[in-house]
Order: sequence, then structure tokens, then C-alpha cells
Amino acid sequence: MAGVIWIFGEATEGGLARISGEVATLARSLATEAGTSVVGVVAGADPTLAATALAAFVPEVLTLAVAGAEGHALVPAIAPSLAALAEREGPSCILIGGTSDGRDLAGALSALLGWGVLTNATGMSWADGGPTVEMSAFGGRLLTTSAFTAENGIVTLRPGTMDASPLAAPGTVRSVSATPTASLPDVAITGTVVAEAAAAPIEEARTIVAGGRGVGGPDGFGIVQELADALGGAVGATRAAVDSGWIPYSQQIGQTGKIVKPALYIALGISGAIQHKVGMQTASTIVAINRDPDAPIGEFADMFVIGDLFEVVPAIVAELRARGS
Amino acid sequence: VRIVVLAKPVPDATGQERLGPDGRLDRAATSVVVNGNDEYALEAALKLVEASPDGGEVTLLAMAPPNAPDTLRKALAMGATRGVLVTDPSLAGSCVVSTVRVLAAALRTLEFDLLFAGADTSDGGGGVVGAGLATLLGLPYLSYAAKVEPVDGRVRVHRITATGYDIVEAPMPALVVATQALGEPRYPSLKGIMAARNKEIITLSLADLGLSADEVGGAAATTRLVGSRAPAARAATRVVKAPAAEAAREVVRFLTDRRLA
Repeated sequence: MAGVIWIFGEATEGGLARISGEVATLARSLATEAGTSVVGVVAGADPTLAATALAAFVPEVLTLAVAGAEGHALVPAIAPSLAALAEREGPSCILIGGTSDGRDLAGALSALLGWGVLTNATGMSWADGGPTVEMSAFGGRLLTTSAFTAENGIVTLRPGTMDASPLAAPGTVRSVSATPTASLPDVAITGTVVAEAAAAPIEEARTIVAGGRGVGGPDGFGIVQELADALGGAVGATRAAVDSGWIPYSQQIGQTGKIVKPALYIALGISGAIQHKVGMQTASTIVAINRDPDAPIGEFADMFVIGDLFEVVPAIVAELRARGS
Repeated sequence: VRIVVLAKPVPDATGQERLGPDGRLDRAATSVVVNGNDEYALEAALKLVEASPDGGEVTLLAMAPPNAPDTLRKALAMGATRGVLVTDPSLAGSCVVSTVRVLAAALRTLEFDLLFAGADTSDGGGGVVGAGLATLLGLPYLSYAAKVEPVDGRVRVHRITATGYDIVEAPMPALVVATQALGEPRYPSLKGIMAARNKEIITLSLADLGLSADEVGGAAATTRLVGSRAPAARAATRVVKAPAAEAAREVVRFLTDRRLA
């Protein structure tokens, strides 16, 4: 029988990162195929809150309290202890949500354990005694399937691979300890700056309303925000809009920004150039509003409204409000 | 300040990738450019050198097929001092673990205060090589930088978070992961392009690094490609061309039918 499947639970201010629930849900179906079980692992200065939230999705959660992690960059602080725990417990693979911390952790664990790592997975299944990992390559023009050549491996997953689905009854939480055999150089956090009116994170959003050059300026993003609010979504942007300083880099979608897979993506004044397309083309539903009937986004949107976004968007907001009241 | 920038040649965005008979990217037959995020790293490195009272130098490090020098010339034209290219036939099909080991071996032969890596690569790279390198080399790891400043032998980075940024600090030498938030890469000047022709590109083989094809490269890969296929085509586009109020009603009906509004 294969060793258990680990999933790393990422702590956030409010508890657990949404992607951890998605990864845990995917891990459960993988474990059923493999005839093994899923164990969640949370590490940090105080892992309790995230562990309790993760237990809603997996039958067993291990918490690893790392002394002195507070006030230091997370991954260098926890990776050596997690690697020591993995060596002792022997999971077959470790699944990690592909956030900033998740990628950092995957790279550090791979180097500490010598395990292979497959990144940006969009799906997983089990075959020939190990996981197979589906990934999207070359900006989505090719889907590849890969596997590990050895017993163990690490996988990072894209957001939105699967809807998070809790267990009927929450799992147990157990505190464990591990003695690291190596340590990584400390990186101190000397300050934390919260952006004024921090925007809703696009990686976690089920609905994204994004603006491009066509919104015309920072004021144009008011209309983007309005539609996002009406739909309970987050605001995204193209690189052109970010480079123009209309909206922060954290909201950028595309080749040098984030890759997202929301249920709904509404593109306002976005032409759909390849550099943007690679970041959003796997959205389940794409609606585009653009004045230019020849905009490339018209070739891959599900619905393409040819018109002036400054007229159409307020009309949509009004329609949504009228319906909601 | 001496800075090494990892610069990976990747397929350009035109979608003309060539796959070899094994289903892997034929990197030698595909039109390549320097990875976008690596150009942000290079720009940040050049700015730090320009701002440093003692000056400094920027070395590009790539692990790539032998045709990579053509690609690296553009980065040299932007102002990098020299290039170091690790190239060896047995490196084709390298996994992340191998890539990290080879780059680490090359970096052990170089002297630097800062090592810059791009946040990820556009050819499917998952942004994990930087963390692996820092781990193997024992370097402080400061990722997702929106700002980098050296402060008295230390480096201070604004690390992008979901809600803003953390200010993180560590002694140099250190590894910094660059993002687009560091600023637009410069265009090479004509003078830069001319100068780049004569800049040095040092080529290293596995043997030069004291590594063998048993330990790293395709034969030692920890991952393997099982298969590949084209993604399913999206359904046909529904085009709406109507007055705003009518178009809006149609959009809302479409979203409601799909339970999206």
C-alpha cells in the first residue's frame, strides 16, 4: 500500500487559505484511488487555528509548532522541521497549494529531501503505484501528464483545481514535534505594511472582473470595482493597466502576473493578447466586453459583447441590483 | 556590489514550440527569448550596480542548450557584464532537483553578494528553483520582491503578500526573487548592443563542474513525462451586439442561467 498523502495547510490571518481546502479535497479523491489516506500538516509559530480549519477537510491533521517562527519569513523557519517530520512519517507525496509561500516551501522541501517536484498541477490521478500530475504548459497550448521516477514527490497545485468540499464530520488534530537535522538562514520580518484598502485577492476569487487598457485610467477601475462588488467578486487587471499605475501589481493576471481559474471571468476593455490569455483562459466562463469587434478575446470568450463598457457595465450593474431587490 | 542573475532562455510567446520525438520541448529548435521575470531581475540588478558608490558587476547564469549565447546577448546588451552558460547534452530532460544541483554547482564557482532569480519561468516553470538553490547553498531567501535595497551589508526586501508587503531583511550574500513590481526592464541601447558582441560568455560543461550524468540531467531525472495532449477547445463564442440595456439584460440572463449571478 502506498504511504499516506500529505497536504500542507497554509495559515492565513483568518484561518486557512482557501486553496488548502481545494488541495485537501483533491487529495481525498486521490487517496481513494490509491487505497491510502490523507494527512494534513500545518506548521508555524501557532498552527492551531489553521489546523482546526483544515480538519474540516481531512480525517487527520498534524500540527508542528515551530519555536521562534514568529517574526521571521515562514518557509526558512518551518522547512527543516517539516522535512524531518516527512523523513520520519514517510508520506508518499506532499501536495501544496501554489501560493507564494507554497512555491517557496515546495522548492525548499525538494532540496532538503531530494524529492522530485511537479508544479502548477491542474489535476491529479493515481496510476502504476504513484500519482500522475496534469499540468498546463506553454500558456495553455499543451496539457502534459507527468509522474515521479522514485517513491516520493512534491506537487504544487494551481488555485481552482477543484471545489473545496468538507467532510461530514471533522477530522482529528494531533500535535507532533520533529528535530530538524539542518537549519536554513534566518530571514527577519522587520515590518508589515497593509496596503490602503487592500484589494480582494484574485487567487481566491470565484468571480473576477478585470480591466485593461480600454478602461482608460484609474477612474475607469471604479466601474470595474462596481461590477465586481455587484457580483461579489475581485478586481483583476492586465499588465498594461498595472504598468500605467492604475491598479497595484497584486491584481495583475497573465504571464508575469498571476494565473487564475475562477468560475467567472469578466474582461472589460481587454484585447486578450497572449500574455494576458495565459493567465485566465482556463476560467470556466469568460465574458468579454470590448468596443473592438476584432479583439482577440472574442475568439475564446464564451460571450462577447461588442459595445462601450462605460454604457454596458452600468446597465449590467443596474440590472443585477434591480433583480436583487 | 556583485550580482548574479539567473536568466533562462524560454520559448517566445508566439506559440511556435517544437516538441521532440520524446514529447519534450526541443529547446534547440524553438525560438527563444530570456524569460520575462528574469528581465525584471536583471533590471533591478543593473539599477543596484548603478546606484552603488563602488560600482559592481552583473553576471548572467543560464543552464541551456548550446545555442543560448544568441539569447543571452540581448541581456548582455541591456548592461550585464558577462554570461556563464552551463550546457551539456546530458542535461536535456533535467528535473527541478537536477537543475537546482547544477546551478548550485555553477554558483559555487562564482563570487557574489546577491543572487537574483525571476519569480517563475513562462515555459511552465513553477517558481521553485530559487527556493531550492537558496536551500542547497545556505543563502538567506527573500522572495517575491517589489523593492530591493542593500543596507550595511544586509539586503532589505519588500516581499509582496496578499494584503500588502512584509519588510524582510537578511545578511548578504542572499538570494532575492524578482517580480515585475521592481520595474520595467530597459531597452538595450545601440551602444549596449555593440558592446554586447564582445562580452564574455563562459561555457561550462558538467565535467567542468565536477558532476556526472549519473547524478544530474535526463538520466537522473526525478520526474518523467507520461504524455501530452492539446486542451479541449472552448465552446463557440456567443456574440452580442445590441444597445447597452439590451446587451446588459442578455449578459445577466447568461450569468443567471449558469448560476454565476
